[in-house]
Amino acid sequence: MSCHSPDGVGMTCDHLLRAGNTNCAGCGMSLGLRWLEDALGQEMPFLVIPACCGIVTAGAFPTTAYGVPTAASTFASAASVGTGIAVVNELNGDSTPVVCWAGDGGTYDIGVATVSGAAERNENILYICYDNEVYGNTGGQRSSATPEGVVTSTTTRGKVERKKDIMGIMAAHRIPYAATLSLAHRDDFLRKLAHARGVRGFKFLLMLSPCPTGWKAEPEDSVDLIRDAVQCGLFPVYEVMDGTRYRINVQPDGASVEEYVARQRRYGGARTDLPRLKAEIERQWSWLRTLEREFPAREDEGSVAAGPPGGRESEAALIAPR
Amino acid sequence: MGRELVTGNHAAGHALAAAGEANRFARGCCGGAYPITPQTEIIELLRGFTFTKGRIVPVESEHSAMGACIGASLNGARAFTASSSNGLAYMAENVFAAGYYRLPIVMIAVNRTLGPPWNIWVDQGDSLMLRDAPWMQFYTGSHQDLVDTILLAFRVAEDARILLPAMVAMDGFVTSHTQMGVNLPEQALVDRFLPPCSIPHRLNTAHPTTIGGLTWPKETERHRRDIEDAMQRVPDVWREAADEFSSVFGRRPDGPIVAEGAEDADVVLVACNTMVQTARRAIQKRREAGQRIGLVKLKMFRPFPRELLRRTLGRVPRIGVLDRNHSPGSGGIFAQELAASLQGRSDCLLQDYIVGIGGGDVTPEVIDEILDDLLRRKTAEAPVWKEVAA
Repeated sequence: MSCHSPDGVGMTCDHLLRAGNTNCAGCGMSLGLRWLEDALGQEMPFLVIPACCGIVTAGAFPTTAYGVPTAASTFASAASVGTGIAVVNELNGDSTPVVCWAGDGGTYDIGVATVSGAAERNENILYICYDNEVYGNTGGQRSSATPEGVVTSTTTRGKVERKKDIMGIMAAHRIPYAATLSLAHRDDFLRKLAHARGVRGFKFLLMLSPCPTGWKAEPEDSVDLIRDAVQCGLFPVYEVMDGTRYRINVQPDGASVEEYVARQRRYGGARTDLPRLKAEIERQWSWLRTLEREFPAREDEGSVAAGPPGGRESEAALIAPR
Repeated sequence: MGRELVTGNHAAGHALAAAGEANRFARGCCGGAYPITPQTEIIELLRGFTFTKGRIVPVESEHSAMGACIGASLNGARAFTASSSNGLAYMAENVFAAGYYRLPIVMIAVNRTLGPPWNIWVDQGDSLMLRDAPWMQFYTGSHQDLVDTILLAFRVAEDARILLPAMVAMDGFVTSHTQMGVNLPEQALVDRFLPPCSIPHRLNTAHPTTIGGLTWPKETERHRRDIEDAMQRVPDVWREAADEFSSVFGRRPDGPIVAEGAEDADVVLVACNTMVQTARRAIQKRREAGQRIGLVKLKMFRPFPRELLRRTLGRVPRIGVLDRNHSPGSGGIFAQELAASLQGRSDCLLQDYIVGIGGGDVTPEVIDEILDDLLRRKTAEAPVWKEVAA
């Protein structure tokens, strides 16, 4: 993370996520980790990554695709290992941010007690869940983040249960900051990370992370799919301060949910119950709008206060590989 | 500080706190605290201790207690925790991880029977469940032995030649909840005995590495072999540390094994933890009556002191092992380890006694019955079950 050379040419510098990592084309992590680096600027974090695609990304010893100190924890332990690291940072006056980078399996499922414990204790951790709504590392099995109706190798006739509301769970911990991140909204993404950096205590960020292999979608559609998920209302972009004050950051423009579903074979094509999906979106937004109306964020708090770091506005340019 | 009358749990908590406090001039200390009977007093004591540079995290599970120790140790701090029974089972994944990361974490295991059915009393099945983890294991027989072993465990674990975690076991209730006179170590002496904790591979922004990522068979073979090599260095490093301990604290700690009258004995009992004291008493009477009976107290279980035992028991014709543990379908674990150490000795009768499971009281009378059986028998048989609580 030693440089952001303006022209990107003749790179002698290092990056948080190096070239040669093993991410699939179109993986949401590739973009997410680069934006994490952008948000941190010159500051190097301690990364904690549990057993998941995120550690496979590093490649095999003795090489690593991570240019920052990284601890590969056991599956359920990102937030507990992060706790130990954060505690010792504090004892030593070290301001190095501790970033847990975990998937939905490690966050919604096996790690949920660990995340809950660290949140309740308000450990000084930036916890980012890259949620691809599936156990991607093991080849595509359902998780509690998998949406209703989605076909996985363990829900071959479509998942019967609804997606778990992890944001609701985290907000209920009254942590100082919880927010969702869209890979199609770079400025909002960076503002939220910049804000989270300045908040002491447990920060939870949920990033919907496209997974071409798990979603049965084209890699080049990844960012468009996230944009559609946001704009059709399936993935609301919002933030919650102290678990009690809400702000919706992106108002959906009414994009077609049909289109979103049609571009991913995981939804099982014509078998998808679209009226039910639309009703679920309605219900979700009615709930969220009520929360925002009744419990609004103060005007000057949250990500609105933070400007996009680096001042680079063009989203298109940043999707191109470094 | 001087000599005080305290419980085993209190003694252990004191030793952990003193070791943690001793690292205040380096990167401090951190531990995970999660209650389970009969260990709970230890983490209560740690939570109540005011560290100059340390924090004990009240985590939500044993798995996270070890997770927090791993994180703290990866960040260069002295890390420790305590657990028992099903807590150790729940923690197991991270117990293995801590060793594979080569982190010198110290954990107190207050031995308690695994459940269900729920039984809070002592046997060694819980810590021995973790015998194949990359951890040193020490079993302690008295409060003083416990305190001394904890301090030695830190010193050996953090030695650059070792860098492995260490588990120090004591008997649930029999040790943990009874009081004995103990020389509790003064902070100034612990400061002298324990050098600043240095973890050479700790997370470091000046030298970013990925710890615990993917490896191929080639690196994994080497990794495991390195751990074995480190284990084999433990006895020598222990000896150095024990010498240093003697000069700092003015008393000699128990060695990896303590042999009493074993060299010329016709019969030797091998035991660990508090059963040693009971056996010592029963044996003393018999020796006074002219029987040549010896006793071996086994403290170091990992690494298993094979050479030391071979030397000590090399000419003993009859050996009885008291196993307060049981590996279903196989027998007692200490006896298996000992048999492997004495292989090739066809002249030796080695009999395993499974005794005191689930906290059954192993009295001097029980030891007498075992000795009678051992002296009488013509050949060794399958493990003998002594159901002492019946």
